[in-house]
Amino acid sequence: MVKPKRIIIKEEYCIGCRLCEIYCVTKHSCAKEIIKMYKEKKIASESGICFEEKGSISFAIQCRHCDDAPCLEACITGAMFRDKDTGRVLHNKEKCVGCWMCVMVCPVGVVKISQSEKRVASKCDLCIDREFPACVENCPNEAIYVVDYEGKKITKE
Amino acid sequence: METKYLIIGNSIAGVSCIEGIRSIDNVGKIVVVSKEDIQNYSRPLISYYLAGKISENSMAFRSAEFYKENSIELILNVTALSIDTKNNTLITNTGNIRFEKLLIASGGSPIVPNIQGYSKDIQGIFTFTSFSEAKKLKKYVEEEKIDNAVILGGGLIGLKCAEGLLEHNIKIHMVELSDRLLSSTLDKDASNFIETVLMEKGCVVYKNDTIENIYSENNKISKVKLKSGKEIETKLLVIAVGVKPETSFVKDTGIQCNRGILVDQFMKTNISNIFAAGDVAEGKNLITEKSSLIAIWPVAARQGKIAGINMAGGSAVYEGMFPMNAVEIAGVPVISFGITAVDNLENYEILKKSDGKTYKKIVLHNNKIVGSIFLGKIERSGIYAGLIKNQINVAEFKSFLLEEDFGLLILPEKYRKHIVVGDGIEV
Ligand SMILES: Cc1cc2nc3c(=O)[nH]c(=O)nc-3n(C[C@H](O)[C@H](O)[C@H](O)COP(=O)(O)OP(=O)(O)OC[C@H]3O[C@@H](n4cnc5c(N)ncnc54)[C@H](O)[C@@H]3O)c2cc1C
Repeated sequence: MVKPKRIIIKEEYCIGCRLCEIYCVTKHSCAKEIIKMYKEKKIASESGICFEEKGSISFAIQCRHCDDAPCLEACITGAMFRDKDTGRVLHNKEKCVGCWMCVMVCPVGVVKISQSEKRVASKCDLCIDREFPACVENCPNEAIYVVDYEGKKITKE
Repeated sequence: METKYLIIGNSIAGVSCIEGIRSIDNVGKIVVVSKEDIQNYSRPLISYYLAGKISENSMAFRSAEFYKENSIELILNVTALSIDTKNNTLITNTGNIRFEKLLIASGGSPIVPNIQGYSKDIQGIFTFTSFSEAKKLKKYVEEEKIDNAVILGGGLIGLKCAEGLLEHNIKIHMVELSDRLLSSTLDKDASNFIETVLMEKGCVVYKNDTIENIYSENNKISKVKLKSGKEIETKLLVIAVGVKPETSFVKDTGIQCNRGILVDQFMKTNISNIFAAGDVAEGKNLITEKSSLIAIWPVAARQGKIAGINMAGGSAVYEGMFPMNAVEIAGVPVISFGITAVDNLENYEILKKSDGKTYKKIVLHNNKIVGSIFLGKIERSGIYAGLIKNQINVAEFKSFLLEEDFGLLILPEKYRKHIVVGDGIEV
């Protein structure tokens, strides 16, 4: 199995700005541009990120693309699938019927319910069409960064 | 015919077994037999099909290529009749198949209780557990222009069927023997919520009641009479009182059965080269530690995979199961885990919260979560399932369990790291 790259979280560096969410929604919006995205009425809850905050601690967490992913087994339609080329756990919204099996079994709690169009599951795809996930690229303090399958940090350039 | 691996049943447990075997053995011959006539379909999708939300060609959870890529010999329309365990041979209605390793993944079959006036020849009476039944039901509903129906059973299958029928603007009378809907997974409060939404949709629920008599005219159903005396005229009755493990062909084979086929943590039966998984298998409930049947998709998937790995000579242990359920009724999602309704309050602690639109309940025993319900708002509920499964002591953060923004951050650092880490990731 190809191992996917992964996003590492350093909660002690998170400044709680939530730019990761904004850029995630923007990237996954039609317009792909912040102002237009706002007009599309996309909201932070549409992002692939679960932002958590308690007192002075905060962090952003998204799908872990687990090796042994319970959501893959629980999916009744085959909408949740492992991408052979990248090792990512991806989700096909067309196929999804919104049975919430994946929400039920994800121990990290990062499969969300899409509020737009169809009521289906929604989660991080590690930004399938770009080298760097939008959240990571726009994190001002490297509270999230990407590593390759061997755990080596991937830097831009 | 001869094969290295033989699988009875081509649903999620059987398919997951294929995946388990192929993760270890790429070449060993695999034969799969199924008494159904369709290459692949997802059983839970039949209610979506009935509702007209998905079409016949979206019913598959694995594609035709899946069978090709894994070199599967799939034999459809074949019924297993018995197993000769001494000679490692499966006896079917079309011949014998010799195997080295066998998986029984025959699932369940619908229970039809004894009701006065019932005969399987009466038109308009259906069960609802297979695609072929769903197709017949949909056709009947459309052709007969059904506008009112009776569903016997307010469990998962009855509710799923109701959801499908409601899309056809059918007025539904739901008859349930116990004092609440989804009685095996929900408590009374949650069940009341669901009943209210169903009522708004034109569904009448009769609780603590059952069908006493079925009336028919010219072999077509015309009326049912409830135990309470109420009579309901109808051209459609769906019997949805549950499923029982399909073990008929296991009788007198020496394979140990209770209600289901008994398996150990490797999904092995008492016979060393015969395994069982899915709705047909009976195993230990992680929470109650009792031998149980937990007939749900994720359990069948996991068990099938574990069985496959062990059949191919690998070593995988099933961590165990507990009941869980997700349904959406008239736009209201509900997820529940484990023990949700307790009578004996001495041994349990109950936390609950409701705001009229959402409902959340946590059941604790010795500071460990043993059950929970999430209604209306279900996101992040999987975290609680993780706490149940890993039997995490929640004493330290108990007061946060009902919080709106409950998340990983309040979990003990060690456990949090454990779940987030996955593979070499730190928090
Ligand atoms: C309407 C409905 C909705 C559901 N919704 C959900 C849901 O939302 N979530 C959830 O978790 N679960 C749901 N379930 C339960 C879920 O479908 C089952 O848990 C799951 O299908 C079990 O899989 P299985 O492989 O063990 O058996 P099954 O799916 O029952 O498949 C059994 C297979 O064995 C074959 N077979 C049986 N006997 C023989 C024989 N003698 N010879 C040859 N072949 C045989 C059958 O043809 C079939 O291929 C639902 C069930 C129904 C009916």
